[in-house]
Formats: sequence, C-alpha cells, structure tokens
Amino acid sequence: MTTSPSDPAEAAGLAIVGAGPAGLAAAVTAASLGLPVTLLDAGARPGGQYYRHPDPALGAERPHVLHHDWAAFAGREAELRAHERAGRIRHLPGRQVWSVTGSGTDWTVHSRTEDTAGEPVRARAVLLATGAYERQLPFPGWTLPGVVGAGGAQAMLKGGLVLPGRRVVVAGSGPLLLAVAASLAAAGARVPAVVEAAGYGPYARHTGTLLRNPAKLAEGALYGGALLRHRVRPLLRHAVVEAHGTGRVEAVTVARLDRDWRPVPGTGRRVPCDALAVGHGLVPELSLATALGCATRTAADGTVALVLTPGLRTSVPGIWSAGETGGVGGARLALVEGEIAALSVAGRPVPAGLARRRERLRAFADAMGAAHRPGPGWTGWLREETAVCRCEEVPAGRVREAVEELGATDARTVKLLTRAGMGWCQGRMCGPAVAALAGDGPAPDRRPLACPVRLGQLAELPAD
Amino acid sequence: MSRRTPRALVGGAPQETFTFRFDDREIPAAAGQTVAAALWGAGVLAWRTTRGTGEPRGVFCGIGQCFDCLVTVDGAPNRRACLVPARPGGLVTSQEGTGHDDLAV
Amino acid sequence: MPNRHSPDVVIIGAGVVGAACAYYAARSGLTVAVVDRGPVAGGTTGAGEGNLLVSDKEAGPELDLALLSTRLWRELSAALPPETEYEPKGGVVVASDEPALKALRSFAEDQRAAGVTAAEIPADRLAELEPHLAPGLAGGFHYPQDAQVQPAQAAARLLAASGAALHLGEEVTAVLRGPSGAVRGVRTARRELLAPAVVNAAGTWGGEVARLAGAHLPVLPRRGFVLVTEPLPRVVRHKVYAADYIADVASGSAALQSSAVVEGTPGGPVLIGATRERVGFDRSLSTEALRRLAAQAAALFPVLAGVQVLRAYHGFRPYLPDHLPAIGADPRVPGLLHACGHEGAGIGLAPATGVLVAAALTGAEPPLDPAPFRPERDYGPADPVPPQEQQS
Repeated sequence: MTTSPSDPAEAAGLAIVGAGPAGLAAAVTAASLGLPVTLLDAGARPGGQYYRHPDPALGAERPHVLHHDWAAFAGREAELRAHERAGRIRHLPGRQVWSVTGSGTDWTVHSRTEDTAGEPVRARAVLLATGAYERQLPFPGWTLPGVVGAGGAQAMLKGGLVLPGRRVVVAGSGPLLLAVAASLAAAGARVPAVVEAAGYGPYARHTGTLLRNPAKLAEGALYGGALLRHRVRPLLRHAVVEAHGTGRVEAVTVARLDRDWRPVPGTGRRVPCDALAVGHGLVPELSLATALGCATRTAADGTVALVLTPGLRTSVPGIWSAGETGGVGGARLALVEGEIAALSVAGRPVPAGLARRRERLRAFADAMGAAHRPGPGWTGWLREETAVCRCEEVPAGRVREAVEELGATDARTVKLLTRAGMGWCQGRMCGPAVAALAGDGPAPDRRPLACPVRLGQLAELPAD
Repeated sequence: MSRRTPRALVGGAPQETFTFRFDDREIPAAAGQTVAAALWGAGVLAWRTTRGTGEPRGVFCGIGQCFDCLVTVDGAPNRRACLVPARPGGLVTSQEGTGHDDLAV
Repeated sequence: MPNRHSPDVVIIGAGVVGAACAYYAARSGLTVAVVDRGPVAGGTTGAGEGNLLVSDKEAGPELDLALLSTRLWRELSAALPPETEYEPKGGVVVASDEPALKALRSFAEDQRAAGVTAAEIPADRLAELEPHLAPGLAGGFHYPQDAQVQPAQAAARLLAASGAALHLGEEVTAVLRGPSGAVRGVRTARRELLAPAVVNAAGTWGGEVARLAGAHLPVLPRRGFVLVTEPLPRVVRHKVYAADYIADVASGSAALQSSAVVEGTPGGPVLIGATRERVGFDRSLSTEALRRLAAQAAALFPVLAGVQVLRAYHGFRPYLPDHLPAIGADPRVPGLLHACGHEGAGIGLAPATGVLVAAALTGAEPPLDPAPFRPERDYGPADPVPPQEQQS
C-alpha cells in the first residue's frame, strides 16, 4: 500500500458503511487491530435500528429499558468514543452513502448529509454493514395513517419516546412482533391483539437449534413474560387482512390463515384500534452491494442476501459485509460478524469459538426465517384496487394486468410497465409484494443510487 | 399508580421544550425529537397528501426508508419528518402532491 | 414439418423493434410468433427514455426513417391504449453561443429540405417555450415533430395488439436451417418453432443471433445512462437539449454534439439521458457519466439543481459501425431478416423498421428506399472502443 501523507483522505484503511451492531463491532475491532477506520452512518448516533436510542437532549435516564442486551452496545460505544479521541476512528454520523465506486484496494465512498454533499471517503477496503429494513406485505387499508411498520413503531418509541396511538394492534410475522408488542405495552399502549401469520409449529422442527441458542430462548421468554403481564397472547396463523377508517385507522379485520397464508373465508372479525404496527420480518439492504456486483443468494426467509465467505468477503475483492446483509439474523449475530469481518480485513485468523458462534446463530436465524417466510396465499387478501406501491399508488389490479396480459415475467418488468417501485422508496416497501405477484423469485435490488441525491450535488462531483 | 407512558418508562426530562408551527397550530416538542415524533406526540398522524389520489399519509417505516412522511420544513419540500429534528420556532407545512407546485409551468 | 399451427414468421426479440415488426407483420396478414429469452422490454427498450426524435438526426437515410416513424407513431397513438403515453410534445434544441447557433441553423436548414419542421426561436422568446431555461442562451430551434412514448408500455401494447404468440423467457439456442441453407425456424429449450422466415430483432444481442443463423452482423453495445428525478409537476414542457459545435480531431471534421436530453414525463419525474453520442462521449465510469448528465441538465435548467435524483440506470445501445440500423432480408441466409442496431433511437425508429420488415416479408412495395439499411453492406471500421467499455 502506498499512501500519500499529504492526502488525509488516503489515511482511511477501512471504510465501514453503517454503525449498527455489525458496523460498530467491526469499527472497534479493526481500530484495536491498528487499522485506520472511517465509519459512515446515516444515523445521528451509533447503534443502528436495533440500538436506536433517544438523543441525549431528550434526557432519558433509562434508555436501556427499551432494549435487550444494552450492555453489548454501551460497551462498544464507549470503545468507539475512545478510538475516536485517539484518532483511530473517524466517525461520520448523518451520512447517507449513495454509491461506492472503485476496485481492488482503491475505493471511494460517496455520501450526502441531509442538506449537503459529504466529501468522498477513500479507502483500501470497504465493509458494508447496511443492515435491513422491514418486509411489508400490502393489504386493503395499509396506507391509512396510523398503520405503521412494526419496526417503525419501535423506532419511533426508542428514538422519540412516542406512540402512534393508545390501542395498537401488532401484526405480521416474525420474532420482532413480540418485542414490539412488549415495548409498546410497557410504554403505556394497550395491545388488543398480537397477530402472527405463522404457526409456531415449524419451531418444533428446530428444537435442537433453539436449545443451542439459550440466549435467544431467554429473550423470547422475556418478551413472552412481558406480554403476559399485559395480558397479550399472540394469535397464531392469523393476519390483519384489512384496516378500516376514514383519515386514520379505526379498526382492523383479523382473519384466520390456512397453511399457505390464504385467508379462510368467514373467519374475519373486527378489532377496534387506533393504530396498527405491522411487519413481516426484515429485508437486507443491499443497494450498495448489488451496485458493486456482489453475488447474492436467496435466504431461508425468502429474502435476497449476500453470498459471503467464512471471512465475510463478498464476491467482489476488497468488499466485505457483515450483519443483516448476509441474511437477517439479529443484533447478536451482527456483533459477532462485525468482529469476524474486522479480523478478516486485517488479515488476522478468526478464533474458532467466534466462528462457531456465528454458525450457531446463523442456523438459528435460518430456522426462524424459514418459519416466518410468507406463504404464497397471502396475495389472497389483496383486492384489485389495493395499492401495492405506496409511492406511485399502483393498485394490485394493474400489477396483475402487467403479468397476465402484457408479458411481464419479473418484478423489473412490472415496474417498467406500471411504475410500481419507481417512486421515492425505489421499491423497498413494495418489492417483495411485486415479486410475489409477478410469480418471480426474490430478485436482487438494482439501485445504482442507494438513496436520493440532489442533482446539483451530482453535477458538482469532481470531473474525471 | 402513575400512568404508563414512554417518558415514565425511561425516566428523566428533556433538556428543553419548545413549540414549532405546523400549519395553523403550535406543536409542543422536546429537544432531540424529530418533527414526526413531535407530531405523533400531538396526536397528528398525517401531514401530506399523495399526488395521485390525494390520500393522507404520515410515518410508515419510521427509519427513513419509505419516504411516506415527507413534509415541507422551513419552506424546503420533501423532507423526511422521521429524520428531521424539530427546531424551536420552526415552520412545518403539510404538503400536497409533489411538494413542488411552485415550479409548475 | 410446418403444420397449420406454425407461424409465418418468428421474431427474436420482444423489445420495441421486435414488437413493431410483429405488429406490422400481423397487419400484413401474417401469423407471428415472438421469442425472447427475457420478458417484454427486458433489454435496451426497458432502459430507454422513449425518445421519438427527428431533431437530432442529420439529413440522410436515418432521418427519412425517423420522419416515416413520426407519422406512424401518430397513427399508432390512436390505435394503442393511453398507457402508451404518446406525447407529441415537440423538441427544443438550444445553442449557448453564436457559433453553435450558426451551426444549428445550417443543420436545421438541411433537415428542413428533408421534410423536418424546424422553427428558429430567438433568445428572447425561449422563455415562452420553456420558462425555466437558463438565461443567456444564444437561441434555439423548435422541432414540433419530436415526441415521446413510454417505451416498455409501447412494446407491450404493440405486442398485445399484434396478436402474436409470445414465448417469453425462452432463449433461442439454434436457428434451424434446411439443406439449401434456408432458415426454417428456431429452437429454444422448450420447443421448435418452425417458420419460413426469422427476424433478428435482438437489439444488443443481434450479433449473436446473426451468428446462430450463420450470418455476420457487427452489432456493438454502447452504454448509456439515464437519471430520474423525484416526481415533479410539469417543469419542462418539451424535449430539451443543447447543441454544441465541436471539432472531431480524429476525423478532422466537425460535428454537432448534443447534451443530455431533459424532459418531463406524465408519470412525474424528469428524465435526463444522453441522446446518441457519435464522438466518444459516453465511455466512462458511472460517476463521471452521472456528473456529466447532471451538470448538463442543471446548466439548461438551473431549477433542477435543487431536486433529488431518485434513480440512475444504464442500458446498452446496440449500434453498427456506420451508425445505421440493419433492416431487411439477409441475402446470405435465405429466410433470415434483421431489424437491429438502432443505437439510441430504437423506440423512435421502431414503426418504420416494422413496416420495412413487413414489406420485405410480403414482397410489398416499401414506403422508402431500404437500400441504406441492407444488412450485408460494408460497415467500415468500428469506432475505437476503450477497454473499460468492452468490459461493461
């Protein structure tokens, strides 16, 4: 490696995108191994979505009560601050990375702040720890105000100490639902129902995996206990198939699902509420990775994840990735992977115990992911006029027409023909639904711009 | 027994409280809250209408990914309310359609 | 053995050119099958902006083709559903200084002689056409014949209207030929489609399809980018771009070079994409291409500097070394026809191409002289292509 000492940008050995559990763990590990690190993160504070916490100005005395395993975060945050003070880590909060360009050992990370261009960050290696966002499946009424992501309700509570309403139905699928319901209840919401589309039956097939992950079991018991205290019992194999209201959600219809997640006719009942927190697990955020050409695979939960080596290299030399991008697996796995990735970037051996821990947590995540993978029958609760794409307001009927009459055989062509996925969120909210309606397997994201960029900022890029 | 609230759960008190203007009303906010959090706190769930059907929208994903919570802040349209910090004396305007009607020719 | 289910013609390619060939062949009374290894509009069509331009074409055979297409698109707009988003919005080409305006004037004069409508707009009246245009331009020309369609919809609706049998997601693995060497159909992984004629409308992959049929067609890919802004009200009324007079050092000549085309869409976003580049314009890594498109758009419309770009995408334009498409029967392989190599103009040139192909299939009199597009012509040397483009 030859660096020009006159160019401080060259000082970054490793650029890490994302300061959630994976990026944070990687940053402190890499710094302790002597690698100069630049840590870019969209958030104002490290922690990512999982360890999202209030701004210090909000003066929360006990932010940890909204979190599981807060100590794991607090310890690493303290390390981050120490490395920052020592000049070993340059932490750049509030940076949304829109592209990574380069090759081999010469990378440029392009970012923006909310208002301005961020100066490009040069690095010899890049670690993508871009996390995940929530998987949404549309249903009639899902665009009503008061219908929010389950993770979104959790994020607003953790970061802003607010609730969307007093009576909040929690619905969808996945282990996050219990955590969300428990937090909302603890913060004062009534939770009339927790509605889980999967049965827990599939868990039984993985009892071995569950028993090898006692911490996860304890976490489940914790949420379960918290819910019992608030008299909330999950309703299994059910889904919210419609939200009702004028101007905001006033009630939801909950119906029983068959094995394929098809709503069983005649089983719907109305549950009054003033908010609905809904989500079906998480989707890895891969825009930067796929723009670089990193190879992907279909994970057990049906989402697209990166193909990674045991050392967490992607298929593109010089690009590593850790955490949810390699398959949704939760914060504990992300912390482990961040550490492994940093060791790998530094060319250090990965201790066998750490590798084993990763494998165990991955196996658990795969079992959970398979159990909560949406069944093909969920599209049965869509009506022709139900908006599938929230941004461009594309109804299910138009998507079906593109597939059945116009020759669209994949989500990309549906997008070209209907505009579904062409709006502000670039298909993050409707992508899984459009792929399902197209009869297409999940396809990797194709978003050369990982987030919107002001045209003037692109115009002012340095010319080649 | 005190009422359960998010604040009661985490304890403490904000360093500062203030208000900002939202259309024709004053919204109380605490330092460190986003515009969206303050609006939720005031019971406001929607602050924009869509350009197609004119439906009301507010926060959906809560983490800056869905862009449903777009709002005009101090005259700048299409800011994500779930990311923009509330500011004392700020001017938040509910938004219609693209938020750029002023540019139409 | 052809049976009563066999089509009269198999078209390889479900992009807009293949769709137009299917449409006009069907209208000529032929039964048509269309095969594509991907979905409808899965290649360059889906990455296009939908430009139907005469303004950017110098007088010559391609302009003649474009003028015919302009008339045909107007007819098609009445026959196809509104989702095709045909907009006869017209083009505005501006010049930043006097020398460029002078060159543009002489360019337009030649175009007028060929049948193009072009009206000079003095500098002080540009704002009437485009209120947000940057001040200080030297003047420009209004081309009312320039128009726009939504390309994927155009292809899909043409195919639907053609009634062709669609075989999507089926890659052609062989072009079948009889003992005399004549084409007798194609083979895919799933079937043999027997037909006395096969049309190569495979766009960027046209060279490979030609090779399968035992012919040579030097189709080359050239990358082009498009930027897509956030949804906006109508901010730009026409297709707007700048023309600059630039010297081409390599050829010792000078040519008009176009900037990015800026235009609004019925969907809301403004699209910014380069029109054809003939003098080594689009041969760079992506951020440089993005920068150039953005800078040119902001120079034309300063108000766009403040809007967000939501998306960028690229496609590969199929071009032949002499920058004219190959259209018509290939005398080297009886039964084989070509309809590819339209570079950045495939959407615009598709209907005229379809009409020429249909005429070649039925022996009808073509509406214009197809000789300049004959596939077996001498294409001359290829443009020098830098290594990075070859990889992409």
